[in-house]
Amino acid sequence: MKTETSAVNIDRSKGDFFYPEAHVRDAGAGLSERTVRYISDVKEDPDWVREFRLRGLKTFLEKPLPTHWASKDLEAIDFDKIRYYLSPGTEAKRSWDEVPDDIKRTFERLGIPEQERKFLAGVEAQFDSEAVYSNIKKAVGEQGVIFVGSTEGLKNYPEIFRKWFGKVIPIADNKFSALNSAVFSGGSFIYVPPGVKVKHPLQAYFRINAENFGQFERTLIIADEGSEVTYMEGCTAPKFNTPTLHSAVVELVALKGAKIQYITVQNWASNVFNLVTKRGLAQENAEVKWIDCNIGSRLTMKYPSVIMKGRKARGEVLSIALANDGQHQDTGAKMIHAADETTSNIISKSISIGKGRATYRGLVHVPKHLKHCKNNTECDALLINATSRTDTYPAITVRGTGNAVQHEASVSQVSAEQIFYMQQRGLSEAQAMSLSVNGFVNDLVRQFPMEYSVELKRLIELEMEGSVG
Amino acid sequence: MSLVIHQEEAAPILSGLAELRELPEWFRDRQRAAWKQFESLPNPTRKDQTWRFSNVGLLDLAKFKVGGTLTEEERDAILERSRGLDEVAGRMVFAGDQLIERDVISDQLKKRGVIFQSLERAMVEHADLFRKHFMSQPATLGSARFAALHQALVSSGTFLYVPHGVEIELPVEIFHWLNGENASVFPHLLLVTDELAKVTVIEHFCSLDPQSPGFACGVNDLVAGPGAKVTYVCAQNWAENVVALQMNTTTVDHDASAMSLNLHIGSRYSRFESLSRLSGEGGRSDLLAVAVAKHQQEFDARTLQDHISPHTASDLLYKNALDDRARTIFGGLIRVEPHAHFTDAYQKVRNLLLSDDAEANSMPGLEILADNVRCTHGATSGQIDEDELFYLHARGIPTKIAQRLIVTGFLDEAIQRLNHPAISSHLQRLIEEKFAA
Repeated sequence: MKTETSAVNIDRSKGDFFYPEAHVRDAGAGLSERTVRYISDVKEDPDWVREFRLRGLKTFLEKPLPTHWASKDLEAIDFDKIRYYLSPGTEAKRSWDEVPDDIKRTFERLGIPEQERKFLAGVEAQFDSEAVYSNIKKAVGEQGVIFVGSTEGLKNYPEIFRKWFGKVIPIADNKFSALNSAVFSGGSFIYVPPGVKVKHPLQAYFRINAENFGQFERTLIIADEGSEVTYMEGCTAPKFNTPTLHSAVVELVALKGAKIQYITVQNWASNVFNLVTKRGLAQENAEVKWIDCNIGSRLTMKYPSVIMKGRKARGEVLSIALANDGQHQDTGAKMIHAADETTSNIISKSISIGKGRATYRGLVHVPKHLKHCKNNTECDALLINATSRTDTYPAITVRGTGNAVQHEASVSQVSAEQIFYMQQRGLSEAQAMSLSVNGFVNDLVRQFPMEYSVELKRLIELEMEGSVG
Repeated sequence: MSLVIHQEEAAPILSGLAELRELPEWFRDRQRAAWKQFESLPNPTRKDQTWRFSNVGLLDLAKFKVGGTLTEEERDAILERSRGLDEVAGRMVFAGDQLIERDVISDQLKKRGVIFQSLERAMVEHADLFRKHFMSQPATLGSARFAALHQALVSSGTFLYVPHGVEIELPVEIFHWLNGENASVFPHLLLVTDELAKVTVIEHFCSLDPQSPGFACGVNDLVAGPGAKVTYVCAQNWAENVVALQMNTTTVDHDASAMSLNLHIGSRYSRFESLSRLSGEGGRSDLLAVAVAKHQQEFDARTLQDHISPHTASDLLYKNALDDRARTIFGGLIRVEPHAHFTDAYQKVRNLLLSDDAEANSMPGLEILADNVRCTHGATSGQIDEDELFYLHARGIPTKIAQRLIVTGFLDEAIQRLNHPAISSHLQRLIEEKFAA
């Protein structure tokens, strides 16, 4: 069956609102040493952070855009027009009552009703670049869990923070990690003490609410020996006409036997460049799991990675990407095996609608003299319209005889029989299509925490509206 | 007594074009233009996506020479060792790009219009066909610089034309020999089949002296006309110091089917680019490769299954067995152009690692710009199954032989797909010789 369909009109009205800006501190547009020093001054950075930022700036300016392999669309970013730092001038808040009303309203539209707090161990909501709200449930705090903004983290807990900060993702890892190193603000710092299992997911909502404003949050999560933690991050942003840049760096450290699960639902507005570096380090017997879901943005380039450094470490990436008109979801995963008996799993599902383009880019590296390493990679792509595009670019290096790596990918479209069957039972073609697409990602979505899987299904339905018929 | 057959003095490749050859002036113009292009294009670096993982340091051409002489002893030795298949429809033997022997095709085939001649004769006698098909597709898989070098320096090769409805049952065989220290060759095969024609060609690449370093830079244009069946086999068995590049383009017209198999036995570094263009409905292309990589060998395979027309199919199976410090690279892409609906494409690369220092790199890629398609790919890397080994041990087969049996069986899957017993057993013999060495 061949369905000729028109381009899709995305209904983004749900994220398409904003409140008047009231930024007290603003570094202006453009990036220079002055901007970086200004940020350091405002944030009262210690000397080592000042130096770190300046090194980041130098590296950023030196490195070319990676357009020899990545999308040429990157050239559309005008780095001189971006505002690299601004803050509502509020300090991190401890209680919900202190949060300004208009910000609360924004969060309500995002689906964080106040009553939901009791399900959440702590809410770290980021409004523009400063954390405006930070709350950890008393019980979690008593367990010794630290859950603060990154600025607060580096000031109040330098002995833990400094040891790992910039170690998993060095400044010079790539052009955008360097940019983040220069101008980072916001993001979370989490430390889970040995043996502590955080029952409820820690959650942070991010949001851009200033035109041309890039958000450069920096998150560092350290799970000490035998501990467990789940972190959830979701974003949605209002629409603006000029490109906006989001370039975060997320570093995870899972010490011996620890487990970290990091969940992202990304729904930036379709003018946002989302260029994020995410990497986890897994020590002996530790596990790092990325659940990554990309629905919004103009161009997303994000390849969550796990370096399995200790014996029997595990890495996993579950990825869902949905690319609609004008969108390019360039996502994937990297698995670096660096110890014996390490195992990794990548499952990626992408859906291209209208003129959307979904790309899987992966890297699996098993160096020599390792024994009993295993990797499994599965990439499935679904194409909805004749103009949709999908690409798969894995790179797999295996040395030595002790390891097993398998990669499989498929590209298909929704089966005509399925649609026919559902239409027979009274569903419209669009409903049938939506149901079919949800079925395609269902086995992955089921692994998400309940509230996220509900949100995700709703988002997919929203994106599928008008894609057929 | 030594008789000098070919008078040209050997000169370094990079010293520029010699003006001695007796080729048509229009072709010489093309060669001059190609040389300029070669000089203007940069040497590849590992940062180029098309050369990712490649050991580009091996591509230093400074020491290699073009031209040279062939003594009668060498000629006799080459002819003595040019043993391929028992029964062939036609045969050409080249040494240092000089045609030294040709077994002509039967009168019957000649009468039906089959043309089997050297490239330089075809330039004159069949200029239209030649101009239409000779290097008509740009080298897009990374080696544009080396394709230009080939065009600038190619001096001979094979032209084979099979007219409408003619089926050549027996394979046509071509030998290319490298002889002499740092010698170079630029082999070319221009194979054009008309509607419903059928032909099988096997090329043997060999070195006279197993120690001599050398350089080979070949281009093949394989054209399968409407409904034609073209089978191309390459048995690459250069000496282990040779750096070799081969760029093949297969064009598959409507309802045609093309099958290729590349066997990699020799060379220090061998890069093989295979572009298969499916330009007509009902076209089908099978791409097979088998590599036995040992010592420091590096086999670098780059492929593109380019689906331009709707209702086309392609199937790729590449199998590598790696021992010692050998490396293999597979960079493959299935590209489905917009509107090429009902594409059925498959791509599979399997690596069998036999030593701890061997390294297999796989980059199976997909670029799909149409939606009504079925495209899958798979890549696996693993080692010999302990259970299989145990089974053979239990039957009294020593480890070494058991391993060899398993590896041969692993590689055989691709060879059997040819469905050509005579060629299969020749290829199996080459593989066995390598294991025995």
